Amino acid sequence: MEKVTTHTGPAAPLRRSNVDTDQIIPAVYLKRVTKTGFEDGLFAEWRDDPAFVLNQDAHQGATILIAGTEFGTGSSREHAVWALKDYGFKAVIAPRFGDIFRGNSLKNGLLTVELPAEAVEALWDAVEADPGLAVTVDLVEREVRAGERSWPFEFDDFARWRLMEGLDDVALTLRDEARIAAFESNRDAWRPRTLPSAA
Amino acid sequence: MRSDGEQPDLLYIDLHLLHEVTSPQAFDGLRQAGRKVRRTDLTLATEDHNTPTDNLFTIADPTSRKQIETLRANCEEFGVRIHSLGDAEQGVVHVVGPQLGLTQPGMTVVCGDSHTSTHGAFGSIAFGIGTSEVEHVLATQTLPQSKPKTMAVTVDGSLPEGVSAKDLILKIISITGTGGGKGHIVEYRGQAIEELSMEGRMTVCNMSIEWGAKAGLIAPDEKTFEYVKGRAHAPAGEEWDAALEYWRSLKTDEDAEFDREIVIDAAELSPFVTWGTNPGQGVELSGAVPDPASFDDPIERTTAENALTYMGLEAGTPMREVDVDVVFLGSCTNGRIEDLRAAAEVIKGRKVADGVNMMVVPGSARVREQAVAEGLDKVFTEAGADWRFAGCSMCLGMNPDQLTPGQRAASTSNRNFEGRQGKGGRTHLVSPAVAAATAVAGRLAGPADL
Repeated sequence: MEKVTTHTGPAAPLRRSNVDTDQIIPAVYLKRVTKTGFEDGLFAEWRDDPAFVLNQDAHQGATILIAGTEFGTGSSREHAVWALKDYGFKAVIAPRFGDIFRGNSLKNGLLTVELPAEAVEALWDAVEADPGLAVTVDLVEREVRAGERSWPFEFDDFARWRLMEGLDDVALTLRDEARIAAFESNRDAWRPRTLPSAA
Repeated sequence: MRSDGEQPDLLYIDLHLLHEVTSPQAFDGLRQAGRKVRRTDLTLATEDHNTPTDNLFTIADPTSRKQIETLRANCEEFGVRIHSLGDAEQGVVHVVGPQLGLTQPGMTVVCGDSHTSTHGAFGSIAFGIGTSEVEHVLATQTLPQSKPKTMAVTVDGSLPEGVSAKDLILKIISITGTGGGKGHIVEYRGQAIEELSMEGRMTVCNMSIEWGAKAGLIAPDEKTFEYVKGRAHAPAGEEWDAALEYWRSLKTDEDAEFDREIVIDAAELSPFVTWGTNPGQGVELSGAVPDPASFDDPIERTTAENALTYMGLEAGTPMREVDVDVVFLGSCTNGRIEDLRAAAEVIKGRKVADGVNMMVVPGSARVREQAVAEGLDKVFTEAGADWRFAGCSMCLGMNPDQLTPGQRAASTSNRNFEGRQGKGGRTHLVSPAVAAATAVAGRLAGPADL
């Protein structure tokens, strides 16, 4: 995975809460068997609406999405993260995220950062007043900056290290191969198996 | 199996379930890295999200067909057992696991599907994962996890006559909101939970994700053991005794302390339905569409205003006056035999109202077979309902079973999100009994209204 440290870019204000993963990408767009090509499904229900923020000239080229609370609740579809990345987003800021979506985003290097509702409100106002405003999401300093203002955010140490080093989770876990094998040899014999015997 | 305080704990996964939508990119990842599926004997795949429900042979949409063919090819290449369309064990992944006896107490169960929490009904830790994690489990049979917080939802007393597990969980979500359970594993407990059937317990645990919980579980008891006993993958003989001894130890300590507790009085519950566009926007069937102005929280108010616009509803309208076009009975929430029985009991000898299309989609081929053996298919078809083959169907509108723009549905599924059941479609989440009564009345109704 590519290393993620800090990102600076223009932001789009999505003044909506409870944007679930069906909103981010409806099920009919989940049929690809690749990890790319999902941008056409992003916010598909709203993309015909000229008033929708991503259709406004002022917010073309935005790389940071600023959304209301409970962003990414619902389905486990990682396609929601892929669609946001395909569109060009590098970071999403919201007061709170759905757990599975948040986990998925960090596996794909999409920075998801939780800021209090007041900070999100202030950011919305700031980027609406100046759509070209450069917003920085700094994982190293754990801080969001815009203009003269800054807001600290919490970020799990381990997840931060993994992102900054661009590490592959599977490779990390396989360092514990011996421990996994030892655990397997001690599992109860009655535990169910889907096949007659281990492959 | 690893807990060193520096990195997240490493959980061993006892059962990994797969379906066609969230697995292709994970298998690709294995191929690119030259990795194998570590434990094919702890892995099971089924086809459900894209499968047609009007026949067992032809998948008309080429992209749906491609996704299913990709799963078949991946299972063949990596040696994973699969139950394909037309197979006797095919069905919605969360119906198939328990009915095969693969879901047992004290396990860890994962699947690239948020409704994996269903399996918590057996006292297992079960949760949905994304595709990157699917790849991780395929390769290592483990998953790094930070320890979640704990919550107890205690439901005191017995559910009143005519109130089901679905009504209970919809009520819980309306109290907590969609994010109320975030970061928690929830134990549902109390007399009303103990009195639920295994099917009812699965319905409750299934919707844990709808209030943001990491997982939901119920302590296993004699009812659980009885359900598992004799199933294809249940332990037998001496192994059964060993398993039972372990399962009986899986009780929360009497003096356990939870990070959060919610207590609900079952006696106050009645049939519950949703009016909005998230599962937390619910109200008693006897109630009315709320006025957005009645919400103190400005975010909830705006969300309610948006929901009423999308749903085409006026504040103050009694829920019983909301007409529907479609009734969907099925899904991993309410597609089990008990759900079909509950609906059949209401609709027996009655007719689906003119202009209403009722679609009955069993959760699995086995559920369908059982329903046919009990004559439930005839009850539904004689009432004028459409009796289908098993699959996820209209729950998420990935196959051809979709609402058209503006159509309104009473649905026994789990999500009333905008466009969930088809672009522009409007969904009211309901119990199987309310779904059946609604089909007859042509508007939201309970059995007592008929």
